Amino acid sequence: MAEKLIVNPIDCEGHGACAELLPELIAMDEWGYPIVDPRPLPPGLERHARAAVSACPTLALRLLRAER
Amino acid sequence: MTTVTEPTMTELPRLLPPAQDGEQVQDLHTHVARHGRLPYRERQGTLIHDIEAAGLTGRGGAAFPVHHKLAAVYAAADRRRRPPVVIANGAESEPASDKDATLLWLAPHLVLDGLQLVAEAVGADTAILYTHADRSNDVGRRLRNAVAEREAATLDRVPVQLAEAPPRFLAGQETALINHLTGGPSVPTFIPPRVTERGYHGNPTLVQNVETLAHLALIARRGPRWFRAVGTRDEPGSMLATIRRADGKPRITEVPLGMPLKELTGEVRPDQGVLVGGYHGTWISGQQAAALTLDNASLEAAGARVGAGIVITLPADRCGLIETANAVRYLALESAGQCGPCLNGLPRIAAAFAELASGRARPQTRADLERWCGLVTGRGACHHPDGTARFVRSALVTFATEADRHAKGRCTATNAGTKTGANYKPFLPIPKATARMEDDWT
Repeated sequence: MAEKLIVNPIDCEGHGACAELLPELIAMDEWGYPIVDPRPLPPGLERHARAAVSACPTLALRLLRAER
Repeated sequence: MTTVTEPTMTELPRLLPPAQDGEQVQDLHTHVARHGRLPYRERQGTLIHDIEAAGLTGRGGAAFPVHHKLAAVYAAADRRRRPPVVIANGAESEPASDKDATLLWLAPHLVLDGLQLVAEAVGADTAILYTHADRSNDVGRRLRNAVAEREAATLDRVPVQLAEAPPRFLAGQETALINHLTGGPSVPTFIPPRVTERGYHGNPTLVQNVETLAHLALIARRGPRWFRAVGTRDEPGSMLATIRRADGKPRITEVPLGMPLKELTGEVRPDQGVLVGGYHGTWISGQQAAALTLDNASLEAAGARVGAGIVITLPADRCGLIETANAVRYLALESAGQCGPCLNGLPRIAAAFAELASGRARPQTRADLERWCGLVTGRGACHHPDGTARFVRSALVTFATEADRHAKGRCTATNAGTKTGANYKPFLPIPKATARMEDDWT
């Protein structure tokens, strides 16, 4: 089952660890908050995505099963 | 025989008192005489099919199919073996809208009927009516009286609790409402979980706008066919609309979906601004308005939506840029301040728009506005940044020529320089707003 990244914008405090670990899917906006690629994870990036999720100090980044 | 005749099928108003009754409040006796008794089904779930056949959608602004929510709550309650909660949402927070307050004031029993019927349909044991303290009438007292009338008549099977919403723009947002009712601050929470799954105290919760419940109470009595006798095939029924024209006074009128917009705006010049849907809505030109109808299928062409039925015609002597700047400042202050993009983006958008309005725009101001609108859209826990961005973008398009003039220090509407702002009399109603801190909430 494909997974996708979502960020809880209330919990996110813009620490930036995710964008550093997974620049393929996460960019930073001009205020330091992540812009997350909403599409299902491309093959090969699952491990990096999990690392980014674990690295989030506020647990704002999550992996969800993609509905499509 | 109780056969409904054709003229009755399409007669409006359906919800508000008939014209000959004027502003007369419909007490329980008048209400029952007009609409008949509350038609309990004596079985859970059966009303859901009628609502689906009627094609009723939420009248709070999102136009979400009502039967989907009913079915979701019903299923979640069954699956999780938790008794559901039903909430009538009358926390009408769009400052330009007055239709829910008017409905609650004039026809509270229709809303309370609808609340009982959805409680029965999903098997709820808790029912709450959530409203603002009204701006002009003592609606709280009116509702307490209405509930007491029904208690005396042993009408309600689920007791109704009345709760008051704080006077904030986001108070009626579904998750903010749940948060507030369960003792938290009146600010949105992140979805998932949906409130239909886990809402009030973790129970499956149905939140429906009060007007939606009033329509539902009539569909339960008269059936889906009656409901569909007005409106369009895809967007059936009628809706309450708040109309504001040159005098600025709100007029509440019940109109069929699909009504020509020009019947609501009155005479408008092609370059005049018309605001559809309030401060999360869309500015369109008078020229566009003349060709559109009040339904989402038509309004989509202009990037607009019916929303909660607000149609405002900006008088020729008022400036769309100044009006928008005032409203955007209010929206920025009303951000819950929880999500980074909204917290950072909305104040910047408000400040840049104020530059545009006051003729202080820098060369990059409009490009900044476009970029920030893009950056905040879809990145909040709620739709506050999305709605604000839509409103701002529509103003940049509709008032583009005027923005060019302001850049040269002239304002068409006031026929003066943009520096004369101090004498300008604002048209759009803007409540007092203050930046919000979570611990402001008690």
